[in-house]
Amino acid sequence: MSPELIEHLTQATYLLASGLFIFSLRWLSRPDTARRGVLAGVLGMTLAVVGTLLHPEVKHFEWIAIAVVVGTVIGWPLSRVALTAVPQRTALSHAFGGLAAGLVGTAKYSLWLGEGELTTFRMGAIAVEVILGFVTLTGSLMAAGKLQEIIPTRPIVYRGQNVINLALLAVAVVAGAWLIIDPTRWELFPVLIGMSLLFGVLLIIPIGGADMPTVISLLNSYAGLAAVAMGFVLENKVLIIAGALDGSSGFILSVIMCRAMNRSFTNVLFGAFGQVQTAAVQGEQKPVKSGNAQDAADLLENANQVVIVPGYGMAVAQAQHRVHELRDQLTKRGIGVKFAIHPVAGRMPGHMNVLLAEAEIPYDELVEMDDINPDFAQTDVVLVVGANDVVNPAARHDKTSPIYGMPILDVDKAKSVIAIKRSMSPGFAGIDNELYTADNTMMVFGDAKAVIGDIVKALSGGSGIH
Amino acid sequence: MHQLDIWSMAFVFMLATFIGFDVIRNVSRLLHTPLMSLTNAISAIAVVGSIIIAGEQKTTFSAVLGTIAVAASVTNIVSGFLITDRMLRMFKKREP
Repeated sequence: MSPELIEHLTQATYLLASGLFIFSLRWLSRPDTARRGVLAGVLGMTLAVVGTLLHPEVKHFEWIAIAVVVGTVIGWPLSRVALTAVPQRTALSHAFGGLAAGLVGTAKYSLWLGEGELTTFRMGAIAVEVILGFVTLTGSLMAAGKLQEIIPTRPIVYRGQNVINLALLAVAVVAGAWLIIDPTRWELFPVLIGMSLLFGVLLIIPIGGADMPTVISLLNSYAGLAAVAMGFVLENKVLIIAGALDGSSGFILSVIMCRAMNRSFTNVLFGAFGQVQTAAVQGEQKPVKSGNAQDAADLLENANQVVIVPGYGMAVAQAQHRVHELRDQLTKRGIGVKFAIHPVAGRMPGHMNVLLAEAEIPYDELVEMDDINPDFAQTDVVLVVGANDVVNPAARHDKTSPIYGMPILDVDKAKSVIAIKRSMSPGFAGIDNELYTADNTMMVFGDAKAVIGDIVKALSGGSGIH
Repeated sequence: MHQLDIWSMAFVFMLATFIGFDVIRNVSRLLHTPLMSLTNAISAIAVVGSIIIAGEQKTTFSAVLGTIAVAASVTNIVSGFLITDRMLRMFKKREP
């Protein structure tokens, strides 16, 4: 085949791949077509890779083959992680995406520098690619470390933090700008890389664990934009399209997460959540009503409508399967059961849905916050398992509360509430929850898995209705 | 490079972003975690750029960087598509 024909062929595979990627995301919109979406994505990727391998510039295949083997060996176990660890895996994959972009940018700079082909446009695109790529690399590694709890999840703050961070970014941008003016100043390139790497680390360490869903989404967006910048550097349109899809997806998810926590981007990135909480006024302690599993079972048995509110604490206690058994016991008695899912339940967007799907709870019983909130007034019993801040009524009326204004699940409007908790200690954000002292709330203290197991036992043994 | 190429790339970027916003907005919140792992895998299309740099082997330096970039992208392709499918298989409707 003539080189020209091959070039046309390569471009045709890129065109097809771009179309397939758009279909892939379109099919992902609904659970019944979603797996077809994965297939379209795989097909698009395969086509684009084959099209690239045909390219006459690709002359040596040994190193590529080794890299493919290495990537597969690392990638396979990463796809088998526990579903509670999916957020860490996602953060790691953003890091890999950032790394690839940063390295390709660096390689192109060195090649074009040698060939004297660094135009202003190319240099500009490379600078953007390298900054975005390396910031995403270290930022995502820090996020993954926090999620895996290798690095403390609490915000790490010090005086003048924002000034220092912005100064680092400014140095990187100035180095980039200088390179655009004079691309032969190669000694500035390591400065650009170093500052980006450092900025990525310092950007994430002051952000607390509660903000991780937003941070992951934002890093997702950065990784996508890094791929777009790579597309501009390599003049490759399929890269621009795929990167833009990834970038817009991350952006939309971060907006949803921010809204769900009533925060702004700047507030998440520079606000260091977790500082003000210690100042929250400790009101006089109201008495807590507590009961045991049998009491909870009695309440549930006499209900018509039950809503279960799961939080990440449920997943930590590995109680999902017990929750499924409880759901089965209740539905068997003709009691309506629904699950109320807060947008930030779990540690990344949509995390709680995946955790419940793994426990084989049908997805049509998982109801989003806005759809379920009007139903709480007609609900007999709400069972809160491992959720805390997202059911705290203080968010609605207490202006002094750090979570004031955050949309919550209005569980306090139900006739009665059962909350399963290890102890009265405040949750992740360290805020007192007035739900626990409300008149219609019964606390059941203990490990979520054990408590729900006991409730199921009481339900299946006690009543005799089978 | 022609000025026109730069502009046509900018147009492609803008249109793709609009399509992205439109398509992603329609994705059910139920599937936001698989969405993130799928877009992750898709943006690992960066592998095509990495393959060219690793395969042309113009200098040892560029070939080494390109090879590492291929490995990083393949990691995302393999783990991204596999875990997305693994999660999606778990979503089941209520049995009638």
